[in-house]
Amino acid sequence: MSITPIDRLEFIRITAAATSVRKDTKSGVSVAPSASVTRALALRVNGEAVRLDVDTRVTLLDALREQLQLFGTKKGCDHGQCGACTVHVNGRRVLSCLTLAVMHDDDDIITVEGLERNGVLHPVQEAFIEHDAFQCGYCTAGQIMSAAALLNEPCGPSDDDVREQMSGNLCRCGAYPNIVAAIQSARGRA
Amino acid sequence: MAEKAPGVLAVIHHGNAPTLYRPDNDFMSASKPGEARVVFEDDRVHYSGQYVAIIVAETLEQARYAAELVQVSYAVEDPTIETDAALDSAYLPDEFFGEKLTTTRGDPDVALSRAAVTHAATYTTPIEHHNPIEPSASVAVWNGDELTLYETTQWVAGARKTVAQTLGMPEEKIHIVSPFIGGGFGCKGFVWPHSILSAVAAKRVNRPVKLNLTRKHMFSACGHRSETKQYVQLGAERNGRLVAIDHDTVVQTSMVDEFVEACGNTSRFLYSCPNVRVRHRAVRVNVATPTPMRAPGENPGLFALESALDELAYLLNMDPVELRIVNHADVNEQARRPWSSKYLKECYRMGAERFGWAKRAPQPGSMRDGNVLVGWGMATATYPGIRSPGAAKVRLLQDGHVDVVSATQDMGGGTYTTMAQIAADVMGIAIERIRTVLGDSLLPPAPVSGGSMTTASILPATRKAAQDALSKLRHLAATMPASPFTNRRPDDIVAEGGRVFPKGAHPSSGLPYEDVLKRTNQTEIEGEGYTEPGPERDKYAFQSFGAQFVEVRVDPEIAKVQISRVVSAFDVGKIVNAKTARSQGYSGVVMGVGVALMEHTVYDSRDGSIITSNLADYAIPVNADTRSIDILFVDKPDPFIDSDGLGARGLGEITVTGVAPAVANAVYHATGRRIRDLPITPDKLL
Repeated sequence: MSITPIDRLEFIRITAAATSVRKDTKSGVSVAPSASVTRALALRVNGEAVRLDVDTRVTLLDALREQLQLFGTKKGCDHGQCGACTVHVNGRRVLSCLTLAVMHDDDDIITVEGLERNGVLHPVQEAFIEHDAFQCGYCTAGQIMSAAALLNEPCGPSDDDVREQMSGNLCRCGAYPNIVAAIQSARGRA
Repeated sequence: MAEKAPGVLAVIHHGNAPTLYRPDNDFMSASKPGEARVVFEDDRVHYSGQYVAIIVAETLEQARYAAELVQVSYAVEDPTIETDAALDSAYLPDEFFGEKLTTTRGDPDVALSRAAVTHAATYTTPIEHHNPIEPSASVAVWNGDELTLYETTQWVAGARKTVAQTLGMPEEKIHIVSPFIGGGFGCKGFVWPHSILSAVAAKRVNRPVKLNLTRKHMFSACGHRSETKQYVQLGAERNGRLVAIDHDTVVQTSMVDEFVEACGNTSRFLYSCPNVRVRHRAVRVNVATPTPMRAPGENPGLFALESALDELAYLLNMDPVELRIVNHADVNEQARRPWSSKYLKECYRMGAERFGWAKRAPQPGSMRDGNVLVGWGMATATYPGIRSPGAAKVRLLQDGHVDVVSATQDMGGGTYTTMAQIAADVMGIAIERIRTVLGDSLLPPAPVSGGSMTTASILPATRKAAQDALSKLRHLAATMPASPFTNRRPDDIVAEGGRVFPKGAHPSSGLPYEDVLKRTNQTEIEGEGYTEPGPERDKYAFQSFGAQFVEVRVDPEIAKVQISRVVSAFDVGKIVNAKTARSQGYSGVVMGVGVALMEHTVYDSRDGSIITSNLADYAIPVNADTRSIDILFVDKPDPFIDSDGLGARGLGEITVTGVAPAVANAVYHATGRRIRDLPITPDKLL
C-alpha cells in the first residue's frame, strides 16, 4: 500500500465528514449532503496497467466489479467476514471489501481472472475441478485466491494446518473436505 | 432530503409506490410469495428489517449515502418477540403444504400411562438463517411492457407467476433468468419483496436497476427457520418396543403470513408404534415470515425425536442402534402403505461398521484420550422422496453438439452435471458434446429446486427427451434417399453410440448422428420429455433414510466441542453421480455441524432488531470446524420412484438431518450432560 501523506490527510478529512453527517442525521439535524470526492489512481490489475477515477468511498471490491467489470471476485458480506472477495495485493491475500480502492495507487492486484497463465489454469484451479471442491461456486474465487496464496505462505504439512489457514473463507455448501483435498494435491504439484 | 442527495434518481415508499397486488399464496399452483403482505402495501411496520423505502441512485455509494438521510417517523408499539410471551394466543394451524399438522393414531395417553418405561422432555431449537454466501439479488430490465428479471431464484417458474400476479401483468410478459445460484438452502425458493422492488424501481427510473441484499438484509428479507419448542413423550416396553410417541411442537410465524416448521410429521412413521399423537401450534410474533430451510420440519424435528430416543436407550440400558432396529418400521404405519424401498437397517450396519461402533463403551465419560473426553453418538436421518412433474428438451445440432434444456435450476447440487450425464448415456456420446442450459423461464417447465425433488423429477424427463430425439433421428434417417437406410422403416434403424445404422448391421456401416442432419438439411432435431408421478404414489410411501455416526472430543477445561469424525450412511435410491452425491453428503454434514454447535439468530426482545445479523456474530462452520467425514451410500435403486428405471431419490436435504441429535448424543456420551437446547455452545456445558 502506498499512500502519500497528502492522500492520507485528505482521506481522513473525507471520512470524518461522512461520519459527522451520519451522526447529525441520527440526531435529526438536517445537513446538506457533501458532494462525493473523486480521485485518480494508477495500478496494475492482472498484469495490466489500469487508470481509474474512483469515488473515494468505493471499495477495491466494487471498483474491480463495477468499474473494471471483473466479476470473478464476489461480494458475500462486505464486512470481511466471509472471504469471497479475496484477491492478491502485492502478492498477499487481501479482503477486497475491507479496503478502499483509493488506497491502492501503484499496487499490483491479481484477481481470479488473472490466475491462469497463457490459458493454462493455476494448479489450485486444476485441483479444485479434479476434487469437486465447490458446489454453488460463489465462494470459490475467494477460496482459490486464498489457496493460491497459501502455497507461498508458511503452512504446516497436515490437513489440519490447511483447514486452519483456509478458515477465513466460508463455504456454506460445505465443500471443505474437498477443498482441503484439492489444496493438498496442488501443494504436492506446485 | 434523500431525494436531493447527489446521484439519487428516485425514492420509493408506501406513499408513492405503484399499485401492487397480493398474489395467490399457494405453493401447489406455483404462485408463492415469501410473505403474503405486499411490500409498501400500507404504513404498518410489522417487524424489524421490513422495507420502508427504496432509493435508486447512479452508484451504490450514492444510494447508500442517501439512505442514511431518510427519516422515518413511527408511532411505537410494544412488539411480541419471544414465543413464551405469545404462548397464550397459540393456535392450531390446520394444514401445511397439504399435510395435516395434528393427528392421533391409537391412544397415546393410555399407552403412556401403562408403559413400562417412559421418557418426557422439552427440546428447543433456535431461529436459524440460511446464509448462502451469495446474497439474494435482482436486476430488472424493462423493454416496453415486458420485464426481464435476472434473479437468484430456486424456482424460475414460481418467480414468473408470482411476480406477474404481484405486478398485475400477464405471465407471458415476464422473463425470469437465473442460470446460476450461489446457494439457496430454501431462502431463494419463494418470491421476496426485493424482486418486486427492483421491477418497480426500474419502471420508475426508466432504466435497468440492480438490487443486491446486504448480508444484514439476508437476516430479515428472505426468510429463516422458526424457533421450535418440542415436548416429546416416549413410552416403551422393557424390550425397547415403543408403545407411545407424543410429539407436541410450538413454532413461530409472523404477523403477516403463516409458515409452520412441521417438526412432528416424521414422528408419525419413522418408527413402528401403535399410539402416536402429533400436534403443532403456532404463535404470531413481530419477526419476518419463516420459510423452508434445508429439511424444514425434519431437521429440528429429528433433533427432538432422536435425542429422546437416545435418552430412552439409556433408560433401557440398551444400545441406541439396537433400540432403533427393534423399532424398525417395516411399513409406513401412518400412511398404511409399504415403502417403495427401504434399506435403513443396511445404513445402520454400514455406518456402524465403518465407524467402529461395536467398540463403544456406553457409560458416559468412559472414553477418554488423555484429558480429552471422547463421545460417540448416532441418530437416524430421513427425508421424503418427493417427485413432481417436469419437462426437458434434448436438441441434437448439425455441428454435433447436444443441448439439454429445462427450466430447472442448479444451486450447487450438480443438476447441470447429472442432466448432461443422463443425456450422454442415452445418446452414447461423450459428455463434452453436451451443453446444459437451465434457469430460464422460457425453457420447458420444471419444479422448484427444493424438497430434494430435482433428481427424481428432471432426470427421467431428460432421459425421455434424449430417447425422443433418437427416435426422431431414426425417422429422419428413414426418409434419406440413396443412403444405407433406403427402404428401411424407422424400427429397422438403430441410433446408438453416436451413430445411426441399419438394424443388424455394423455401426460403421451407418452415419454419425450429425451427418443424418446435414444430409437431410435439418438444422436440428428436438426431443421432448415430460414425466410425472403416477398411481405409484397412492400405493407406496417414498422416503429416504440414513444413519449419522458422530465422534466428538470435548476439552473439559473450556467446554470446547470438536467434531472429530462423522460417518454417514444413506439410502437415497440409485446414486446417479458418485462424486456430486458425496459432495452433497459433505454439504449436509457440515451444515449439521453448524446447527449442532453454533447457529443461532438472536433478537433484541425490546424492538425485535437482530443482534447477530452478520457472519461474525452468526457463526457458520469454517473449514477447521470439520475433520474427517465419511459418506456412504447403499446405492440400491428405488423400483417405483420413476417408471424409467432410474431409481434415484434426491439427497440434498436428508444429509443434514440427524447430524445435530447425533452430536448432542455424542456430547452426552462424552460428558454426561444432556443438552436439549440447540446450539450446544460452551456456556451450556460449563
